[in-house]
Amino acid sequence: MTIPVAALLKKKEKFERDPQRLPEDFREEVFRLEEEGEWIVDRVPEPFVEAPTKYGRSKKVPIANLWHHKSCGQCGHIPGYSTSIFWVMRKLGMDYNDPRDQTSCTAWNYYASATSNSAAQAAVAMRNFAAAKETGYFPLIHCGTSYGHYKEVREELILHPELRREVRDVLAKLGKPMVMPEEIVHYSEWFWAMRNEIAAKQVVNVDGIVATVHPACHYYKLVEGDAIYDPDVYGGQRTAIVTGLAEALGAEVRSYSTWFDCCGFGFRHILVQRDFTRSFATMRKIEVMKEEANPDVVLTHDTGCVTTLDKSQFAAQAHGRNVGVPVMSEAQFAALAMGAHPYRVCQLHWHSADYRPLLEKMGIDWEAAWAEFQEDLKRLERGEIEFLSWEDCDA
Amino acid sequence: MPVTGSALLKAPGVAGFDEVSYEVKERLFEQVKADLRFEDYLYGCYECGICVAVCPSARFYDFSPRRIAQAVAREDVELVYQQMEEDIWECSQCFSCVRCPRANNPGGIILIMREAAINNGMASAKEALEGYTRIIYKIMSTGTQVSPDMLQPDAFPDWGPEVKDVSDNLELWRRATPPETMHTTSMSWDVADRTLVELYLIWFETGALDMIKQVDEGLHMILEELMEERLEEMGIQR
Repeated sequence: MTIPVAALLKKKEKFERDPQRLPEDFREEVFRLEEEGEWIVDRVPEPFVEAPTKYGRSKKVPIANLWHHKSCGQCGHIPGYSTSIFWVMRKLGMDYNDPRDQTSCTAWNYYASATSNSAAQAAVAMRNFAAAKETGYFPLIHCGTSYGHYKEVREELILHPELRREVRDVLAKLGKPMVMPEEIVHYSEWFWAMRNEIAAKQVVNVDGIVATVHPACHYYKLVEGDAIYDPDVYGGQRTAIVTGLAEALGAEVRSYSTWFDCCGFGFRHILVQRDFTRSFATMRKIEVMKEEANPDVVLTHDTGCVTTLDKSQFAAQAHGRNVGVPVMSEAQFAALAMGAHPYRVCQLHWHSADYRPLLEKMGIDWEAAWAEFQEDLKRLERGEIEFLSWEDCDA
Repeated sequence: MPVTGSALLKAPGVAGFDEVSYEVKERLFEQVKADLRFEDYLYGCYECGICVAVCPSARFYDFSPRRIAQAVAREDVELVYQQMEEDIWECSQCFSCVRCPRANNPGGIILIMREAAINNGMASAKEALEGYTRIIYKIMSTGTQVSPDMLQPDAFPDWGPEVKDVSDNLELWRRATPPETMHTTSMSWDVADRTLVELYLIWFETGALDMIKQVDEGLHMILEELMEERLEEMGIQR
């Protein structure tokens, strides 16, 4: 039976904020603790965009001078994800810092194995925040799990003085002060805030492209009040992230009934219990999207979601399941729309599900692009260049 | 067996693990309740089942976040122990369950239960982490969770032929990425030496490294030796 998604949405979605549900503003506590000498607040630098969040509180999204808190899974297994974020930022003329003085948030391992504790997790977060402050750049968090986990850490540190004491003692041994950012900002919030500027630099028409969006659990479920909701997107009933950008670019975003379901990543499962991950990703997400929305592309905004939804399709295909749709981050999609090279920038050769039909529909000659990339590889092999440069990307 | 409120509600031994004494189970539960986050994660349970409806693991396993929240709320020591041995590692940690109308956080409670299982070297923890320890080694020793060189076709045969392409061309393809920090193969990005050693100090000082000892003594020994050596090289006192 096909679920009448359009009819359901029409019936249910209206936007009314209940003033009784407005939670306390964590920033009051963050600044109060600064006044009490507990930590230094790293202020959001100007210029910033004010974005609406779930219960109506406004969030500052900084535009420039950003310290890129990279993602393990993006850099390690989906390098075109991080590269596209940097490339778009460069195209818009934004200065940024890509640090070596940054560790993983380590939350993927924590949620997978529990071989850590709240003090260690908070100390890792505060070490990274202090490292960002030292550079004068403001942290921009690439990974949805890092973003969600850092918000958890912020809550725990606000609520528990004994945890603050323990973490402060550890940081003192590193010679670092306690630093808490005024806002914890995810890269997809930057893309949402800059969607009109990105669309203004668009060179590839995506009017005929149909997308489905998978919102990342750790973006909007963990410490939920801090995610961006726009009354004009889904009637304010779902996070506006990703969808707002895709629509600004001109793509058609279609809904599907299992949008709230997770992708099936599971942290431990994606690595050592993949039967669960594959089943959930294909049967609850990809197949439902295909049946109800028939997308040309699945867009999402987190490391684990891209990996899970992309990599899980191969085995399902072997079983004749109704799968076979490319998956990428909205950063890669925006970069393609801005004319980024599909291999030098978006690094689509690291993806599993076939992205070529999408590129063809977008009017991008992937065969010519692949030939150019092969030439790049030959130059690298001949030792003419040591690495591919940003200049090479736009040659 | 001591008579408790919860014991009166069911036949003794119904939760299983009769060979483990009630005192041991009670001590474990006390450890769970002593976690500073426990009070923030559990308020009470309507038994509405919303958490089960949104739970991915509940669709594929004999698993229920509601049952866990209820067992903990009722202080059912026997059932909590059973769940620590049989259920908690099925959770996907997606936190869809925080949609709870009572603002419970079953996923968070499970994380606390998992930590207690690790700290006490429970069989479920050892079993769950079988095959996962190389990941623990990666994150604790390099500061990044996954690396490009983990993309080996024998490890990920179900991810399609592209994994072999990546593996065959790894070093070259990594050099063909423009960000300067991403030319690495054994870590996700190039983490500075000093940064890494600072992370090691965090693992030591917070007791996170000690937790490994309970589930994999060999791994603990390797990590401890590696980290102590690097700290000494950098002249950092613990």
